[in-house]
Amino acid sequence: MREYRLRVNGTIRSIRTGSDRIVLSVLREEWRLTGAKYGCGEGQCGACTILLGSEPVPACQLTIGEVGKRELTTIEGLAGKDGLHPVQRAFAELGAFQCGFCTPAMILGTVALLRVHPHPTRAQIEGALDGHLCRCCGYSRIVRSIERAAEQLGAGPGEGR
Amino acid sequence: MTELRRPRRPWDLTPVPEREYFDLLGPGLVTVVPPRRPVAERREGDWQPPTGGAWLHVGEEGDVVAFTGKAEVGQGTRTALSLVVAEELRVPLPRVRLVMADTDLCPWDIGTFGSRSMPDAAPALGRAAAAAREQLVALAAEQPGLSNARNSLVAKEGEVRGPGRSWSYGTLVRGLRKLVEVPADFPLTLPTQWIRAGRPTLDPDAVEVVTGRRMYTSDLRRDGMLHGAVLERPRYGARLEGLADPDALADRGARIVREGEFVGAVAPDPRSARAALEALGPRWRFSPQPNERTIEEYLRQHPETGDDWDRRGRSEGDVETALRRATLRFEAVYHAAYIAHVPLETRCAIAEWDGERVTVWVGTQTPFRAREAVAKNLGIPPEMVRIIVPPTGSGFGGKHGGDVATAAARLARAAGQPVRLGFTREEEFREGYFRPYAVIDVRAGLDARGRLTAWSFHNINAGAAALGTPYRIPNQRVDNVLSQSPLPQGSYRALAATTNNFARESAMDELAYAAKQDPLDFRLAHLEDDRLRAVLGRAAELSGWAGRRRERSHGFGIAAGLEKQSRIATVAEVTVGPSRRLRVDRLVSVFDAGAVVNPDNLQSQVEGAAVMAMGGALFEAVHFRDGVVLNPRLSKYRVPRFADLPEVVVELVDWREIPPAGGGETPMIAVAPALAGAIFDATGTRLRTLPLAPGGRVVARPARPRARRR
Repeated sequence: MREYRLRVNGTIRSIRTGSDRIVLSVLREEWRLTGAKYGCGEGQCGACTILLGSEPVPACQLTIGEVGKRELTTIEGLAGKDGLHPVQRAFAELGAFQCGFCTPAMILGTVALLRVHPHPTRAQIEGALDGHLCRCCGYSRIVRSIERAAEQLGAGPGEGR
Repeated sequence: MTELRRPRRPWDLTPVPEREYFDLLGPGLVTVVPPRRPVAERREGDWQPPTGGAWLHVGEEGDVVAFTGKAEVGQGTRTALSLVVAEELRVPLPRVRLVMADTDLCPWDIGTFGSRSMPDAAPALGRAAAAAREQLVALAAEQPGLSNARNSLVAKEGEVRGPGRSWSYGTLVRGLRKLVEVPADFPLTLPTQWIRAGRPTLDPDAVEVVTGRRMYTSDLRRDGMLHGAVLERPRYGARLEGLADPDALADRGARIVREGEFVGAVAPDPRSARAALEALGPRWRFSPQPNERTIEEYLRQHPETGDDWDRRGRSEGDVETALRRATLRFEAVYHAAYIAHVPLETRCAIAEWDGERVTVWVGTQTPFRAREAVAKNLGIPPEMVRIIVPPTGSGFGGKHGGDVATAAARLARAAGQPVRLGFTREEEFREGYFRPYAVIDVRAGLDARGRLTAWSFHNINAGAAALGTPYRIPNQRVDNVLSQSPLPQGSYRALAATTNNFARESAMDELAYAAKQDPLDFRLAHLEDDRLRAVLGRAAELSGWAGRRRERSHGFGIAAGLEKQSRIATVAEVTVGPSRRLRVDRLVSVFDAGAVVNPDNLQSQVEGAAVMAMGGALFEAVHFRDGVVLNPRLSKYRVPRFADLPEVVVELVDWREIPPAGGGETPMIAVAPALAGAIFDATGTRLRTLPLAPGGRVVARPARPRARRR
């Protein structure tokens, strides 16, 4: 057991715990950041995806000891002072969810994708998000939302956000 | 708006005049639509589940709170039902708040399944709202000086307007405590007159979803909450014989709860609760169970006996004689594997006691059945149990009943503290139930002109939905039996309709080829239902069916289905590449569910249903041995992913003259047979077992001989 100080969504949070404590459990149970969901516990469904630095990772496969100095971004930290992130806006405006349980993680996965590929091809979308399950199988609308978000990020001054 | 207080007793169990509507909701106007009682006898076609009615309140601010027992599990009915209320009351959508699936406050409901929300809850809520509108107009008519102008009063935009004057709804109900019981036949606005309903409408709460603020059951927490676990049977049918060490780990903060057959544990965290159960050293008694290899024989030999409500059959003409006389006889057996629902949110319940009463937050599709289950199993009256269904991370028919709610309530009672019971993914697979494994025997006969003269359809263990054929066949017999199952089986999105439709439409495809007719023309030649003909024709048109290229390795398949008052046609286009690897290129679906309340949501449902159905059609299967599920994880049980996504084309038929039917299920049922037809078209290989291509490849399996010419 030791004290960990982590950068989470722009603020420092601390937790006294073992190094092998799973980050998903800390986020949800200690800090009440419940936007990251438990779906499978084996990194297969993507519902717990958060950003570690700029990299999307399933928080159920990440231990506190592995985080180091990298910042954690959860869905709760994505919207800026000026409102929703363009990816959030695209998902909301296109109704790209049914039960919505996969949505926060899907959005974070998309944010990470668009940082690497601002105008992703279908193959790049599939490659980046294939670890994310939407069991309602609303993939068509999710793809359209990703493409719309890419357009808007590319067109506006917010590029690189 | 703040959370509502709890009434003294659940309103559905309280006589209408004694319900404290105004104490909880404030002064205003309340309308109550009575429940519709169950029809005594169930016969094919005319059986309608009972509905619990509806009620709503118009308050002094002109705000509307409506109540329904249906649950929102991702199918979008919250928005659709709110639109129906907004339409009838002539108020903007944000003015309507819909309270769903809270057993203390909402009308009794049989459950959220069977595509019943539109046919049952929508008319009940609509009547409550339409009657409220009429009351508001009558209240305006009582205003001084209006005796000659009554007929010119209209309700619009949340107010009643008359010549030169208007009154907001809030003004009209100020200080009132008026309760009106609405006749069950109160007229509804015709869909042709809709202003708000019928237009694409986004979920008004979309922002809470995309920001992660929507709180599902598994996200909730109560003060002092502990975590529970339930001792799992290591295999289906195992019985607990005893515990090696009943006091194990009692000193580590975990507490064992034993009540009859129930064994569970509570602890400050879920892992400790599970560890405590493991340390008990349970001893189990097993009996041998049938395995996958022998399941067909087992199901054939073990029909379920007794009062089986889901058994139907129908016979017309003389099938055996017609078969004997047929020019061409066809016989085939179709199979469908057990498949799992895999809701992304695993089952979860949180129970909290307050004296003699317990509240359970749980993602269930049948809150009132869960209330009964908790009451019965815990030996308390139902009015002491409140079930609340928070937003739920999908269900697909897998979240029926009250098992998780009951276990959580037991554990919380024993612990004297709130308890959360959340399933791991493996528990979700192993403690759940599956869409039944099914075997279907089809026999058919064609005359010399290629007309169907005989049809025999015998289904073992699929269930009764979509059992009948929509095609015109003079001699036919359809029936079904249920079997004892080596795995727990139960409800599933579209359930039997998927399996029955797969067998029937596949057989129709095989018959078309045997008769040397185009699969579309062959169907149309036997089809009288105009709406089904229309969706088939339109799907063919949209997909370019008539001009399709005939080339090896690329294929088209078409299928249709009629179920729960809605019609679907799907065209699938596939490519079977080198080493027979299957790729689905395109799914084109045309769907007719009568008038469409929310085209945006229905479009989304049909798109999602098509892709979800691909999973069960192509690769999903629960594997088992001796009552043990062998693939209870997402790494072993494959569901559709982004890489599987074909081009999905959906067109909705919007019949404003026909009341809305439900749309959650039927869009699934033509996908599997369309894919099987497309695979045959591409390869000449006829696949008759779901899943069709479990390893991603088209592999022929030995089958019985097919069509024989006399």
